[in-house]
Amino acid sequence: MAEPFTRLTSIAAPLLRDNVDTDAIIPSREMTSTGKTGLADGLFAGWRYIDATRTPNPDFVLNQPQYRDAALLLGGRNFGCGSSREHAVWALVEYGIRCIVAPSFAPIFQSNCVRNGIVPVVLPTEAIAPLAGVVCHVDLVAQTVSSADATLSFDIEGEARAMLLEGLDAIDLTLKHRDAIQAFHARDRSQRPWVYLEQNHA
Amino acid sequence: MTTLFDRIWDAHIVAPLPGGAALVAIDRVLLHERTGAAALNSLAAAGRAVADPSRVFAMMDHIVDTLPGRTDQTLMPGGQAFITETRAAAQAAGITLFDVSDPDQGIMHVVSPELGIVLPGLTLIAPDSHTCTQGALGALAWGIGSSEAEHAMATGTLRLTRPRAMRVTFTGTLSPGVTAKDMMLALIAAHGAGGGAGHVVEFAGESVTALDMEARMTLCNMATEFSAFAGLIAPDDVTFEWLKGRRYAPQGAQWRAALSGWQTLRTDDDAVFDCEIAIDAGSIAPMVSWGTSPQASVAVTGSVPADAAPAMLDYMALEANARLIGTPIDAAFIGSCTNARLSDLRRAAALLKGRKVAPGIRAICVPGSSAVRRAAEAEGLDRVFLDAGFEWRMSGCSMCFFAGGESFAEGSRVISSTNRNFESRQGLRVKTHIASPETVAASAIAGAIADARAIRPLPLRGAGRAVQRRRERGSGEGKSIPPSPTLPPKGEREFG
Repeated sequence: MAEPFTRLTSIAAPLLRDNVDTDAIIPSREMTSTGKTGLADGLFAGWRYIDATRTPNPDFVLNQPQYRDAALLLGGRNFGCGSSREHAVWALVEYGIRCIVAPSFAPIFQSNCVRNGIVPVVLPTEAIAPLAGVVCHVDLVAQTVSSADATLSFDIEGEARAMLLEGLDAIDLTLKHRDAIQAFHARDRSQRPWVYLEQNHA
Repeated sequence: MTTLFDRIWDAHIVAPLPGGAALVAIDRVLLHERTGAAALNSLAAAGRAVADPSRVFAMMDHIVDTLPGRTDQTLMPGGQAFITETRAAAQAAGITLFDVSDPDQGIMHVVSPELGIVLPGLTLIAPDSHTCTQGALGALAWGIGSSEAEHAMATGTLRLTRPRAMRVTFTGTLSPGVTAKDMMLALIAAHGAGGGAGHVVEFAGESVTALDMEARMTLCNMATEFSAFAGLIAPDDVTFEWLKGRRYAPQGAQWRAALSGWQTLRTDDDAVFDCEIAIDAGSIAPMVSWGTSPQASVAVTGSVPADAAPAMLDYMALEANARLIGTPIDAAFIGSCTNARLSDLRRAAALLKGRKVAPGIRAICVPGSSAVRRAAEAEGLDRVFLDAGFEWRMSGCSMCFFAGGESFAEGSRVISSTNRNFESRQGLRVKTHIASPETVAASAIAGAIADARAIRPLPLRGAGRAVQRRRERGSGEGKSIPPSPTLPPKGEREFG
């Protein structure tokens, strides 16, 4: 279950390249434990460090002093593409990122964000660039990103918004539909018995 | 008026949800050892059970070593824990596990179709982005995160907003030497790595229906590189013949009932898609990537674009306008859920037969499943690869992405039959060029990126022997090219 999200005020850290992939967000070599934690150090490891002893790369955005505490990341198109690894989002959450603003997201990454309390905000490229280095206020209730200069509206679909606002556990919500699920299976089992495999299992 | 996607989606709606989403029934869940333990342990810690363990399968592919004589140990420190914890969690949950030494072990997107775990019209999910591969059989199959896998196992459903529908029609006929891999790279190069975002993509057209089952899997495999929700091909006689008799496919009267339903799984002539793309298949050449996104791909006979992104050129140590052919490589890799099925290995072997990998090139072949490996060995393909100078490995994801901690030498340039050319995916600062198995084989011989069409393939006598054997068992049905890999005899005996 994720932390509920309503509002966030943070400087916006720009990582304005297209197709930032989840291998870049958390490389395979950094995924060394079977759990969901201990990943923040490996976040963006290939870009963030210049050597194996983890010397910070001064050119990487999150290593620059003004972005040290940034909770808001600006991205390019198709942000989070590639591997479905939820570790990418777990690493971002553990590091302290709570909102990503990009022109588009890869679908699995976007869904992983919602499940873990990161707000994926879609805004046009031309609206995002001026936010770089600016202190922004993200309001999920009003669905706005505002800076001293402008207020931008975004749209996030109802189910995802409700999940984020209330930090709801999706499984608990779904289990309230237990009767509908059982009715579906009873009907489906008569129509498509081959879908149900109990008979193939010892 | 109805698309294939609509038909499958609508048949799986359990209940509408507020805000336009729906609770969608999930027929199959697959897990692998990189995330399987995390998902199963997290469920157990919350006191939740797997609702129907008979429809959940776990495979060892992502972390497991691929060196001959492997055990649970990996080069990666801590890798063994992924294997042992997934094994323990799978046993505790009562789900089917294809363990490290199981004869059916392999990459999940190779094994699941081999065993008929995926079937037309099913919904199938896995915490693996290349789950879209299995849409080749007419199933709605897509990758999810670990949390969604937990949700599907606990409830038998997912909460989803309906994706939009796109059709990509490949018209005309492919030229000789051009493959499904090249079709996808051409699509992504033309329309971008985000081109399919938000859409379920149905692949259609005469050059798609002309593909065999394994090539269709290659096509759908890279739907995720197009950022699509899923890739999908309408099931037809190619699909049905390929599936018949597979272990988890319906048998007898149930097969006949299933088949009559599957034959209706198609898009109506008057159906309207949210987006349509048409590509002339005849204009596609063998493709190779030059940059660090699959969209950064060109015809192998082409050059790095004049307006190539400087960051990509810098990483790839290439210059704008440079010709791809002749670019020296350090290594060649044939493997992955994209291109490591028997037909892929046969086509590469036909080029490698009687030839040698160029001096100093590290070349590796990793069959997509243990069954593919056995079938290839029965045809003598292992000898062809070994004699040419390739390593011949056990099955798994291997060096597609650093699996088990194994990677190519730092900074080396690799031609690879895989699906992703991301920075450092195959090792620190490794420069990956993705291409078809043919292009990889030809480049390994040349020691530089090469056009496979310039090499004459040699007939593989072994393939004929395999046909013979299938016919003797009465399951080959006289096909000139047998469906591969061959069926496990155990399944035939139990359900035939």
